[in-house]
Amino acid sequence: MSVARKLIEKRELISIFTLRELRTKYKRSVLGWTWSLINPLATALLYTLVFSLILKVEAPVGNPSGIKNYTVYLLCALLPFQFFNSTLTTSVDVLVSNGNLIKKAAFPRSIFVLSVVMAMTLTLVIELGVLAIILLAMGNSVLPWLPLVLVLVFIESIFVLGVALMASVWNVYFRDLKYLITIALQFMFYLTPVLYPITLVPKHSEIFGTDLPVRALYRLNPLVGMVESYRAVLYDLRFPSVGTMLYTIGWSVALLVVGFWVFGRNERRLAEEV
Amino acid sequence: MSIAISVDDVSKSYRKYDERNQSLKAAVLRGRRARYTEFAALSEVSLEIPAGSIFGLIGDNGSGKSTLLKCIAGILTPEKGRITVAGSMAALLELGAGFHPELSGRENVFLNAAILGMTRQETKLRFDEIVHFSGLEEFIDAPVRTYSSGMYVRLGFAVAVHTDPDILLLDEILAVGDEDFQRKCMEKISDVHGSGKTIVIVSHAISTVARLCENAVLLEHGCISNRGPAQDVVDFYLSEAHEVVADEDNLGTRWGSGEARIEAVTICGDSAIPVNSIRSGAPITFRFACSSSTRVDHPVIGIAISSIDGVQIGGVNLNATGPILKYLNGTASVELVIDDLPLVPGAYLLTATLVDQHLARTYDFRDKFLRFDVIPDSTGGDRSFETGPLSLGGIWRLVD
Repeated sequence: MSVARKLIEKRELISIFTLRELRTKYKRSVLGWTWSLINPLATALLYTLVFSLILKVEAPVGNPSGIKNYTVYLLCALLPFQFFNSTLTTSVDVLVSNGNLIKKAAFPRSIFVLSVVMAMTLTLVIELGVLAIILLAMGNSVLPWLPLVLVLVFIESIFVLGVALMASVWNVYFRDLKYLITIALQFMFYLTPVLYPITLVPKHSEIFGTDLPVRALYRLNPLVGMVESYRAVLYDLRFPSVGTMLYTIGWSVALLVVGFWVFGRNERRLAEEV
Repeated sequence: MSIAISVDDVSKSYRKYDERNQSLKAAVLRGRRARYTEFAALSEVSLEIPAGSIFGLIGDNGSGKSTLLKCIAGILTPEKGRITVAGSMAALLELGAGFHPELSGRENVFLNAAILGMTRQETKLRFDEIVHFSGLEEFIDAPVRTYSSGMYVRLGFAVAVHTDPDILLLDEILAVGDEDFQRKCMEKISDVHGSGKTIVIVSHAISTVARLCENAVLLEHGCISNRGPAQDVVDFYLSEAHEVVADEDNLGTRWGSGEARIEAVTICGDSAIPVNSIRSGAPITFRFACSSSTRVDHPVIGIAISSIDGVQIGGVNLNATGPILKYLNGTASVELVIDDLPLVPGAYLLTATLVDQHLARTYDFRDKFLRFDVIPDSTGGDRSFETGPLSLGGIWRLVD
C-alpha cells in the first residue's frame, strides 16, 4: 500500500505535528496540562450529581470485581467516548484551519488528521492511567488488564481515524459538516451506554404498533461494543465478549479502509478548495 | 546533461464557482455541489529543466507560472500529463510556512524543517548554523508571536536555505525583506547553485530572472510562448506589447479630496508601447491620465520613485517645468520624459500625486501604487560594479 509507505517515510513529520498539537493545546493557560484531567473529572462529577443522585441510575456490581461505584462506572465509558468526541470535533476542522500550509507545502495531507488522532490517543492513555490509579485505590486490581486496555485504545484509534479522515476531507467541500457532526455526536452520546448500563435499554418495545428488538438495534452502534469492552476490562475485570470485539474490530478496519479511500479521492484538489 | 525536472504535456484547470456557497443546504437544494466553470490555468505544457541550472518562469499575472511551480512541487495535481523529478526537492513558496505563533523559535525551526523534508537528525546537525544565519540567537527560545515580521522572515529563510535539497523551487520570496536581506538571499542562492543544485525561480521581477537565470520560459495564458536563454526570453517578453498598466497589485494606499483624480499611469520606453520593465539608462516616459468632476485650476501633478523597501529615491512635480496645465476640466493627459533613467536594475515603486497650485490641498494621492522593474542595459548582465538604487554613472580616470 503506497499510502502506508508514504506515511512511514514521513514519520518524523507526523511526530512533530503530534507534538505541536500537544504543546500548543494548553499554551498560555496557568494550569496547562492539568486541564486535560480536570475536564473529564468535572464532567464526571456533574453527571454523577444528575444521574446518580437525582435520577437514581444504579451502577451494576462489577462481575467478578465486586466493585460498585457510579462515578467510576461512568468514567470507564466516558473517557473513551470523550476521546471519540473531541478527536472528531478537532479533526473535522483540521484541514480548513491548516489551509495555508496545504497551499504552500507538499506532503500527504492525511498527516494532519493522523497527528490529531495520535495526540488525542496519547491524552486518552494518560487519562486512563489516572483512572487506573483511582481503580487501584478502590481495590480493583486492574494492573494485569492494562495491556488489554491498550489493545482497546488501539482499536478505537483506528476506528476514530477512519471517521476523522472522511469528516475532515468532506468538511473542506461542505463546511456545514462541522455543525452536523456536533449534533450527531450528541445523539451518539445518549445512544451509547455511558450514563446508564445497557440493561436499562428494553430488549423489545412496541413502537408505532410494531414490536421492535430495540436492544439489538441499539447494539448496531459500534460505539456500544466499544465502551462495553472498556467497562468489562476496567470495571468488571473480565475479558470482553469475543463477538462484540470482532464486531468492533470489523467496523474499525472497514472504516479505516474506507476513510483512506475517501481521503485519497478528495486529496488531489485540496490545495485549491481549502 | 541530465534532466532534473521533466514536465510532459501537463494540463491543469481550476474550478471557478459561480457562487461561493459550499454549504450542504445549497448542495441538497440543488441536488449537487456548487455550480462551477472550468478555467484552464495550464494547457499542455512541456519543458525540461537541466540539472545544476537556474531556471526562470516568467509571465504576467494569471499566466500560470505559479500554478506550474505548484504542480512541480506536488501541491497541485495536474489533470493531464506527467511531471518527473530527479532528486530531493524543497518548495519555498512562503518563508516560515507552518510556523506556530505559540511555539518557540527553536521548536518552529524543527517544525518548518520537517515540513521542508529534513529529518530531525539533519536539523539537529545544522541547528546552530541556522540560528547563526538568522542572527536570532538571543530570541530563539521566545515564542514566535513575539517576533517582528523581519525576524520571522529571517528565521524562515535561514531554515529554508539550510534544507540542502537537490532542487530548490522559489516563488517570489526574493521580493521580501530589506535590501541587506535581499543581498544575503542572492549570495546564498549563488552558493547553492555553485554546489551543483538546480534552482527554479518564479518571479515578477524580470530583472532578477535576467540576472540570475541561465534559461527561462515565458508563459502566456497557460501556454509556453517563448523559451531559451533567460536574457533572450526577457527581451522577447519586453518587446511584446503588454496590455497592462505595469503591475498594479493594489499596492499602497490612496487618499485625497477626489475633485480631480489620477486615473492611471503608464510607463513607456523608447516606443509608445506601455511596458512594466525598463532598461537602466534608457529613456522613460511616465504618462498620467487625469480627470476631474469640476473645473480645477492649476493642478500640480507630482511623481516620486521609491525603492522596494519604501525609501524614496527622488521625486519631481509639474512646477519644475512651469504652468503647462492651466486647468483641468474633464480629462487630460500629461507626460514626464526622462532621457536616461539613472536607476540601477531592480524593482521600484511609483507614487503619483495631484494637488493644488499651492501644494496645500490634495486631490488624489496614490502612494507607491505601481511597481516597475529596471533591467540591465543592453550591454549585458553584469552590473556588479554598482550598488544602491541610484546609478551614479561617471567615468573613472587615472591621475598621474
